[in-house]
Amino acid sequence: MEKRSVYTNKLLPYLLLAPQLVITLVFFYWPASQAVWMSFRIEDAFGISTEFVGFENYVTLFGQRSYYESMWTTLVFSLAVTILAMSFSLLLAVMADKQIRGGSVYRTLLIWPYAVAPAIAGVLWLFMFQPSLGMIGRGLIAAGVPWNPMLNGDHALLLVILAAAWKQISYNFLFFLAGLQSIPKSLIEAAAIDGAKPARRFWTIIFPMLSPTTFFLLVVNIVYVFFDTFGIIDAITHGGPAKATETLVFKVYSDGRLGGDLGGSAAQSVVLMVIVIALTAIQFRYVERKVTY
Amino acid sequence: MVERRTWFSTFLPHFILIMGVLIVAFPVYVAFVGSSWDAGTIANGTMPLYPGKFLVENYSRALLAGNATAREPVGPMLLNSFIMAIIIAVGKIAISIISAYAVVYFRFPLRQSAFWLIFITLMLPVEVRIYPTYKIVADLGMLDTYAGLAVPLIASATATLLFRQFFMTIPDELVEASKIDGAGPMKFFVDTVLPLSITTIAALFVIQFIYGWNQYLWPLLITTRENMQTIVIGIKKMLVTQDALTEWQLAMATAVLAMLPPVLVVLLMQKLFVRGLVETEK
Repeated sequence: MEKRSVYTNKLLPYLLLAPQLVITLVFFYWPASQAVWMSFRIEDAFGISTEFVGFENYVTLFGQRSYYESMWTTLVFSLAVTILAMSFSLLLAVMADKQIRGGSVYRTLLIWPYAVAPAIAGVLWLFMFQPSLGMIGRGLIAAGVPWNPMLNGDHALLLVILAAAWKQISYNFLFFLAGLQSIPKSLIEAAAIDGAKPARRFWTIIFPMLSPTTFFLLVVNIVYVFFDTFGIIDAITHGGPAKATETLVFKVYSDGRLGGDLGGSAAQSVVLMVIVIALTAIQFRYVERKVTY
Repeated sequence: MVERRTWFSTFLPHFILIMGVLIVAFPVYVAFVGSSWDAGTIANGTMPLYPGKFLVENYSRALLAGNATAREPVGPMLLNSFIMAIIIAVGKIAISIISAYAVVYFRFPLRQSAFWLIFITLMLPVEVRIYPTYKIVADLGMLDTYAGLAVPLIASATATLLFRQFFMTIPDELVEASKIDGAGPMKFFVDTVLPLSITTIAALFVIQFIYGWNQYLWPLLITTRENMQTIVIGIKKMLVTQDALTEWQLAMATAVLAMLPPVLVVLLMQKLFVRGLVETEK
């Protein structure tokens, strides 16, 4: 779709675009191309000059056991958060979609965690699950569970998953509720008249009709875990214990900060770029479907 | 629905929703309770589930005095967060609305290329170009400045796309009428486009304010001076690896203070928030 009536000024449109484009070029494209450039180079021991090494940084990266472990952690983390947050939100959204009293009050009470920063969500959950003074942490130990997220990697990962999923409930809830409200009520009533019980109506009508929303949220949640959970991890586990909560993004951060391995860190960045491009492409292909749905 | 409502079918949704609300609110409630007790009670692990007597003391200490590990008080950090969030929100809206206006209402060489250049930034979040971006900001002498905190984050493909979409719905007759009146493109923008966009701008502002306030990785990288710290970074510095040294009552007071502004924005401007959230995702 294009406008029929437009202006023909020569200079003005460029001036209007200039601020956005300058920031984009200086802070997005230049650093991104630097990352790609550096990923093919190795810095000498004194950090004075760099040398072109082809794919050597990538070969080294994919030869590291720790890189695969970090990928695995990221994968487990994103699947767990996505499944946990989405199923819980779907349950709440289905309940809020029934014509009950106070529906909008429930909505208000469920959407505000969206505004809590990931790092703060992490701190709140750490305070509850801290083994020596946390309310729930102490309870677990009293119940005989040897709970210690500071030393046990699985416990740390579980804590990070819970905090990340908690923060994502409100987002999923809002979109599921909007999705549910756009399903024509006549369809569901027709099924009810035919004698379909609520559970059957949900699985044969509501859930399939909701699939565009579900798929969209799936991608959004994965992107969220990949890139926005850095704050949670940095605030409560620092990637530990023993790298058990080191996601790919956290690894880029910690490898680049500690070592001077700029080439290796750049290669990791480029791999992440490829992942974002793939996820964004999936998201946009899907959005086209949603329009015509 | 056609079925008769039973006592159970009316009650069940309320029960599940109330449980959901309680689960969602519980961590924040515990933080609030934690911010109202003294260090000893919390360290013993004997903190009850109701607020204690140290509320005023903890908050005034956190706000004004700072604590043992993060020496900066929270008051200035709140101000830093506020300034950063406002610059990010206003900056994003300002540069996006004019670039969308250029793309929609003008025909000029490289128009499509400019649009794609902005669009592709969606695929380059700061997390994938951490150190090169840091280096540029350092080279430009923008470390530890508000400009360094905000400007690299204000380019926005989503906001540009959103305004572009909205401008497409403005009837062509309005431009034609404005042209017949002899008005130029800037007059049309100020007199017609801007007033029509107010709701979209407000919805975007709510989303971008929260986005700016909650930034973590970027301020962590580029602020080294304590007086430039934002509150979300400040709270992390209060957690000490040796747990015994963490002043949890102050950390929790800080957490509550850090959550308050964005949560209030969501609650008070709920309609705009929901609208902004749904529209920026299109």
